Amino acid sequence: MSAADMLKTPGGPDPQASDTAVADKRPAEVHEPKTSGGGGRRRNKGALLPYFLIAPTVVAILAVFVWPLIKTTIMSFQDVGRTELWTGAPAPWVGFEQFTEILGDSAFWDSVVLTIVFMAICVVATLAIGLGIALMMQRMSDWARLMITGALIAAWSIPLMVQASIFRWLSDSDYGVLNMVLTKHLGFDFQGHNWWLDYKQGFLIIGAVVVWGAIPFVAITLYAALTQVPKELEEAAAIDGVNAFGNFRYVTFPVIKPVFQMVATLSVIWDFNVLGQVWLMRGSKPEPEYEVIGLYAFNKAFESNSFSQGAAISLITVLLLSGVAVYYLRQLLKIGEVD
Amino acid sequence: MSATASAPKTDTPVTTVKSVPTGKKKPSSDRKKKSRFVYNGIGVVAFVVMIFPVYWLVVSALRPNKEIRSYDQTLWPSSFTFDNFARAIDYENFGTAIKSSLIVSFTAVVGAMIMATVAAYAIGRFRFYGRRAFMIVLILVQLLPPTAMLIPIYLQLNDFGALNEYWGVIVIYLVSTLPFATWMIRGFVINIPKELEESAMVDGCTQMGAFWRIIFPLLAPGLAAASIYSLINAWNEYLLAYIVLQDNDKFTLNVWLTNFTTARGVDYGALMAASTMIAIPVVIFFMFIQKKMATGLTSGAVKG
Repeated sequence: MSAADMLKTPGGPDPQASDTAVADKRPAEVHEPKTSGGGGRRRNKGALLPYFLIAPTVVAILAVFVWPLIKTTIMSFQDVGRTELWTGAPAPWVGFEQFTEILGDSAFWDSVVLTIVFMAICVVATLAIGLGIALMMQRMSDWARLMITGALIAAWSIPLMVQASIFRWLSDSDYGVLNMVLTKHLGFDFQGHNWWLDYKQGFLIIGAVVVWGAIPFVAITLYAALTQVPKELEEAAAIDGVNAFGNFRYVTFPVIKPVFQMVATLSVIWDFNVLGQVWLMRGSKPEPEYEVIGLYAFNKAFESNSFSQGAAISLITVLLLSGVAVYYLRQLLKIGEVD
Repeated sequence: MSATASAPKTDTPVTTVKSVPTGKKKPSSDRKKKSRFVYNGIGVVAFVVMIFPVYWLVVSALRPNKEIRSYDQTLWPSSFTFDNFARAIDYENFGTAIKSSLIVSFTAVVGAMIMATVAAYAIGRFRFYGRRAFMIVLILVQLLPPTAMLIPIYLQLNDFGALNEYWGVIVIYLVSTLPFATWMIRGFVINIPKELEESAMVDGCTQMGAFWRIIFPLLAPGLAAASIYSLINAWNEYLLAYIVLQDNDKFTLNVWLTNFTTARGVDYGALMAASTMIAIPVVIFFMFIQKKMATGLTSGAVKG
């Protein structure tokens, strides 16, 4: 599979060429004569030991992730409805019918566009604000940095469910503090304004939760990366007449780039999965305008009882995001993290 | 890596740093002070924005209910009360929800830790065919979009007859935290010098004995961090629990939270109080591991 390609990509400067590999290999040779002292059978046992140790994990992953995915693939070429699911009756094969039906459904494309646009806006906002905070943290006094780190960690540790509850309360039409501040202190007429009637405004609130919840990870990780940038480089560039922006562009950013790419990829994957937040903030039955792709799949499966369509959409989602996942993996391999 | 490659290019002017006339330093440090003042200002604003929702959560939970149902929300409550907490606790099924959450998350974490430690030891200590492939699978599994896995996993649990059963949720939580935990513990395994184990074995320990007597105690901090992280994840999960658990008395705390939204509106006071109670253990545990998280997430241990 692609995994095999991955293995070769960083092959040139072997990531294991470092001394850890040497240290790792040597004892393996040391072990062997000792265990083999008992004879061939025991050496064999020693060679099998690692497989023995990873077996439970491999079986678990196969059972919970791989097998369901394979079955999903099979199911998406069948027509599994309620009777087939509950009675176990054999489902008829329908070929690509589920896919053509989904791809021909305008609601599907609406939800894809909605999900991608929402994700893109959230990711850009999160990365921009997170990077901004990280850069400022580098330049502020210790007390201010301590304060903001505390706030970031506090926000980070709030469970998703609770985050959504808080923002629902903040944006409540009658007693929400958001409407009150907008009306009383900023002079707008937001008294009793319902943020959820217009889905664009609704997504503004959902986006606010997502971004607010994601900033801490981005800011703290990027700040950690920024501390690795040698001060002398920036100073030297500044003396050479490079302005602040140029300094960031040509000196700072190249150093933090690997971490930045990683954070960006993870943000894309996480923000693609906004199903939960929508659910929590719109109650259990969100309006059709709020149908992000996860919700669309869920409704197809559980409301229309067409489990095959739900399966097909899940499969499409996995494929959509697999490119991002492979990119992330490549970054990791490049850094030599997977040795 | 391209970063370090491009760095030396800008390295040449470093020598000029030493020859900077000292007279020039003053205005620039003056400007630095001024800009530091600006950055501190923005920092305080960012602090307020980030902390406000958390503050509002706690304050709303402690506010008298009549202040919550008021068009004039004040920054500081006129008086503090635990009425909201009392109301939240009196809500149906609070006790069973705590029980469910505890059963599900602790069982999942204990199981995950045992399996993860063993697997982490294997990939951290041995070189074997398929090791790298295994590690790559560990990463890829973490990157699977959870919303897309919802339906496949639901159907799988249906096949097993695990719907509306604790063990169905436990198995999924266990396996979802497994890749992360394995990866995290592996980091600790690598850092334990092999010589320790070897000398134990020279002294007559078996490989198993060396593991239990030497490696395991040294792994304790790593295990603690990994289990706290897994615990938080299991404690916070709600989508799957919401779909799989159907009986009211099997709801976990997060699913139970949806009770506060009724057709007649939302009891925000009780909701905030309940949310605070759910969040407090997470916040406390989180403080212990936040440093490790930031580094772990970018090195293959992806949030599950």
